[in-house]
Amino acid sequence: MAKRSAPEINAGSMADIAFLLLIFFLVTTTMDVNKGIERRLPQKQPPHAPPPPKIQKRNLFIIDINAADEMLIRGKEMKIGDLKEAAKAFVDNNGTGECAYCQGARDPESSDKPEKAVVALKTNRGTSYKFYLSVQNELGLAYKELRDAYAEAAYGKKYAGLSREEQKSVREAYPMIISEAKPIESR
Amino acid sequence: MSKFKKKTGGEAPAISTASLPDIVFMLLFFFMVSTVMREVTYKVKIVVPSATDVRKIVHRSLVSYIYVGKPLPRYRDLYGKEPVIQLNDVIAKPSDIPGFVASERSKKSEDDAALLTFSIKSDRDVNMGVISDVKDALREAQAYRVMYSARKGSIRDNLK
Repeated sequence: MAKRSAPEINAGSMADIAFLLLIFFLVTTTMDVNKGIERRLPQKQPPHAPPPPKIQKRNLFIIDINAADEMLIRGKEMKIGDLKEAAKAFVDNNGTGECAYCQGARDPESSDKPEKAVVALKTNRGTSYKFYLSVQNELGLAYKELRDAYAEAAYGKKYAGLSREEQKSVREAYPMIISEAKPIESR
Repeated sequence: MSKFKKKTGGEAPAISTASLPDIVFMLLFFFMVSTVMREVTYKVKIVVPSATDVRKIVHRSLVSYIYVGKPLPRYRDLYGKEPVIQLNDVIAKPSDIPGFVASERSKKSEDDAALLTFSIKSDRDVNMGVISDVKDALREAQAYRVMYSARKGSIRDNLK
């Protein structure tokens, strides 16, 4: 016997093995993406801490949401579609004229400067989570747009494209101050 | 003298399945890359709300999850119908959260423990009552970095 060709390995079951693995991964994994809205919770105050400094009424942007998902902003009813613009106008208002980069209307009834502008979010225990998250989303967008505009003017780039130090300076120009009171008990 | 020999026999040639494994492997790799391992078995129903201002988690190891939602139908007898909190594989009370935070922190190195973010993965239809209980408990445990899990989409989907 001189030459014998090597027998071919049967690859027919390879597909079965691959299918088995595929089904294993289909079952044990999920498609769900790890995305979300990042926020910092306010620091816990020690029991005998001095009361926080009083905030002027004009520097407060009070958002009051009731159990029926209706929203009062500074005492006036508002739809969620208008929230972003209202928040932007409030933060960027520049009431005292100290803020050189602000584009606001300089309304004396609205915030002095971005560092002083406080958004106070009050919810009810019956408020739905999805509405709360929508409000958080709109507030986040309002700050994001203000920061992007500032970054564009100062560095010629969007906020996301800046270096760490530059991002920090932009954040300091428009600090996001959202205060959340304990939700009111619903009847 | 014809150059083109007429094929003899009427039977069709067998279709080669040699490339079938390649196709299946391609699917396999797609799923391996695009999905993540399940962290726990859900005992609550969770459909996260939509938001546009979402950020993707960069360091998956620096995130712990707190699940909030109504119990799945087969757990209704045990846990009732009201929204509950799930930590790891068990249904818990808000008062269990500080302990959970401590145990999650102890699993990480000291540097990482400070950067640990708690992702609140909650169903869209729960009320703020249970969410604020979770937030208060997190504050109690001095875990201030939170993330409200959401899917990318218009907030109009939430208001329907």
